[in-house]
Amino acid sequence: MTDLSQAQVRERIEQSLARRHRKEKLFRGLGIASIAFGVLAVLVLFTDIISKGSGAFVQTAVQLEVTYDAAELGIDTVDEESLTWANFTGVVREALRERFPDVSGRSEKRELYSLVSTGAPFTLRDRLAANPELLGKTEKVWFAADDDVDTFYKSLDDSAGGFRGRTSERMAGWVEQLAESGELKKRFNTTFFTNGDSREPEQAGIRAALVGSLLTLLVTLALSFPIGVAAAIYLEEFAPRNRWTDLIEVNINNLAAVPSIVFGLLGLAIFINFFELPRSAPLVGGLVLTLMTLPTIIISSRAALKSVPPSIREAAMGMGASRMQVVLHHVLPLAMPGMLTGAIIGMAQALGETAPLLMIGMVAFIVDVPGGVTDPATVLPVQIFLWADSPERAFVEKTSAAIMVLLSVLIVMNASAVWLRKKLERRW
Amino acid sequence: MQTPTLFAMLLLLVLVVYGTGFSRALAAARSRGGMRNLASLPSYYGTHAALWCGLPALILLAAWLVFDDPIIRSLVMGSLADRPDTIAGRDLLYAQIQNQAAGSLFGEPTAQVKAAAERLTSLQQTAQLLQTAMVLVLSIGLAAFALLRFSPELRAREKVEKVLRALLVGCASAAILTTVGILLSVLFESLRFFQSVPVTEFLFGLHWSPQMALRADQVGSSGAFGAVPLFTGTLMVSAIAMFVAVPVGLMSAIYLAEYASSRVRSLAKPVLEILAGVPTVVYGFFAALTVAPFVRDVATSIGLEASSESALAAGLVMGVMIIPFVSSLSDDVINAVPQSLRDGALGLGSTRSETIRRVVIPAALPGIVGGVLLAVSRAIGETMIVVMAAGLAANLTANPLESVTTVTVQIVTLLVGDQEFDSPKTLAAFALGLMLFLSTLVLNFIALHVVKKYREQYD
Repeated sequence: MTDLSQAQVRERIEQSLARRHRKEKLFRGLGIASIAFGVLAVLVLFTDIISKGSGAFVQTAVQLEVTYDAAELGIDTVDEESLTWANFTGVVREALRERFPDVSGRSEKRELYSLVSTGAPFTLRDRLAANPELLGKTEKVWFAADDDVDTFYKSLDDSAGGFRGRTSERMAGWVEQLAESGELKKRFNTTFFTNGDSREPEQAGIRAALVGSLLTLLVTLALSFPIGVAAAIYLEEFAPRNRWTDLIEVNINNLAAVPSIVFGLLGLAIFINFFELPRSAPLVGGLVLTLMTLPTIIISSRAALKSVPPSIREAAMGMGASRMQVVLHHVLPLAMPGMLTGAIIGMAQALGETAPLLMIGMVAFIVDVPGGVTDPATVLPVQIFLWADSPERAFVEKTSAAIMVLLSVLIVMNASAVWLRKKLERRW
Repeated sequence: MQTPTLFAMLLLLVLVVYGTGFSRALAAARSRGGMRNLASLPSYYGTHAALWCGLPALILLAAWLVFDDPIIRSLVMGSLADRPDTIAGRDLLYAQIQNQAAGSLFGEPTAQVKAAAERLTSLQQTAQLLQTAMVLVLSIGLAAFALLRFSPELRAREKVEKVLRALLVGCASAAILTTVGILLSVLFESLRFFQSVPVTEFLFGLHWSPQMALRADQVGSSGAFGAVPLFTGTLMVSAIAMFVAVPVGLMSAIYLAEYASSRVRSLAKPVLEILAGVPTVVYGFFAALTVAPFVRDVATSIGLEASSESALAAGLVMGVMIIPFVSSLSDDVINAVPQSLRDGALGLGSTRSETIRRVVIPAALPGIVGGVLLAVSRAIGETMIVVMAAGLAANLTANPLESVTTVTVQIVTLLVGDQEFDSPKTLAAFALGLMLFLSTLVLNFIALHVVKKYREQYD
């Protein structure tokens, strides 16, 4: 080294400079590429879901002229009992046959009947129940089309052309005929928001799952927020530094990283098997999610307590307040906004959770909207999982739409947490 | 009295007792000439009495709810002359008795069941009566005791605060209870599983087919519980995920921390955080319906054979999910590296990338390693993506284009639907859960330890 003159050193450095700058550029490019990859992933994910799911918010409907013929229905008066066994299916079929009078033959008729949803008789029943004077009269009614027809009709606009699936040539012809005369159209899909789950895609909705999610979250919030805040208060304000406190801290940090499915195993073995709580119930789901979100809530609540300056405590202490009074009357109200933000984020986490709820039986096929925390229920993410497993093509659309609903709820929750933090945050 | 009514009654009682205690304290203050002659504020006297009234009674009620069914059952079953020998037989018989008591048993019950059902009904009625009486007597008695002991010198605040403090300690200990609960639940069932399947077979066996036949003569009647294919499957999917997440997450953290302007940072960071907030079931759907067909098509177009559910698709999507996790953890540790180290390196003439690679990253390495270990433990425990996209077949393969199965997938498939708690099939899920819990525990422990140790260096 010492043999080199200053000029030689300079020359060597200058020679290597170009290479080093190239490397610098490459490194920087890699960084930009990584960010771009992440952003791209977000974009692809969202456009994929939205393009698949936006169709589910409209529904193909068929208009038919039906006659509430007392003889065809097999009833004389409209009351609860007669409505349960009246032959509405026959009326719907009659209306279809009248619309396409030249259809004959068994298989052809079967195809004709499968134009409208199997839920069509129930639509009629509800209409008649709401308005008994309709008996014997004729009216035009819009029925939900069958899911295959729905998929076919929606895909007509695609560049790839109509997706046939189980729709035959003949049915496609009828669909086009009806569409031309304005008796077949797309309408806003209210069923999706008012119905529970169903085996028939056109009748399936997310209402039961939404209510189930709501009940589960209520249980989770009611348990995890008070317990989490109390635990945070103890650890931050009272706990002496000893073995027990250390053990609690290590435990909380560890629990925050335990896979969620393990909490499901705990729920299955302890809540369902040992305490014999009902299966599939929002109560058990809420308990499991409480255990899962507790670490999150404790950690964020502790951060909120930490951010309250010691001068507040000292001032209250100086006025003669006991330690408990200092915390409950002064520190806690000041830390509340931070704790609420943490709770919202914890709830958002709980809302998106699926795996532990599968363990405790919330995957059951549930049609009815749950009325209480011990009724069998399912939640939105599990509903998404169930629909994603269904073979019908129409369920792909439903699944994506349910995901869109779930994501929008999550975005609203997280945005409100950010807003709350900005609005209520105090800088000391 | 039904339990909810009893509970409501208790609540009402507590309110009344609170009011009484409060007004007694107020009256005492008035007769003594002012609040300062009381040891505590009136509300503390009220709370003190209310706690005496409500707390023991509530604890009794809770204990009763937990223990009354088992006790009644053992009383009923103990009185039976001929009892079935097996657990399942006893369960069935008891279910029959319960149905008979509820009046919903189909078919003609035996005389024994009839008698037992009557006994059950009478026991239940007695228990209900006893419960109501004991809870009410306890709460009223203790409330009277507390109110009678009232005196202005009573240090009610201290006593109330002691109870509150105990409550806080109890809540804080919930974390320990949860861990104990997890350990007990998986450990007990696992031990039962290892009674029928040896530990060595489970840990080192190469064949996994947990289907147990209902009849002995059925084809494939003996289940095989060698978990090695599951372990390799889990490792492969996690490895693919880390292969995506670590470079991308680390490089984006470096770029955001060292290069990006504050505007780019404030835009790109939330976008990456979105990836962390998307529920895993959404990733699963995306993996199964979009990425897996894409992977298969690409593989076929370059002449490779790929199954429709591949480890690669699941791993890729899982990697995307973990990116924000790695990047936010690395971001924190990179920002924690003191600026003086960077200034020193730049002052010696190194370029920015050289500074980062030679100085910043080595200084932040323990924290990054800790973060990556946490990410690995997340990848191992991730469930929905693999359930929906990785498949069920337990292949022992090193080809990422084939479908593999993981520990979490098997736990889900073994436990979803009806199950009986005696069959090795169900218990196997708990043994897998034990493995999962232990391995993530070890990973978390090391990671937290590394992160903590590193933090102490620069503070």
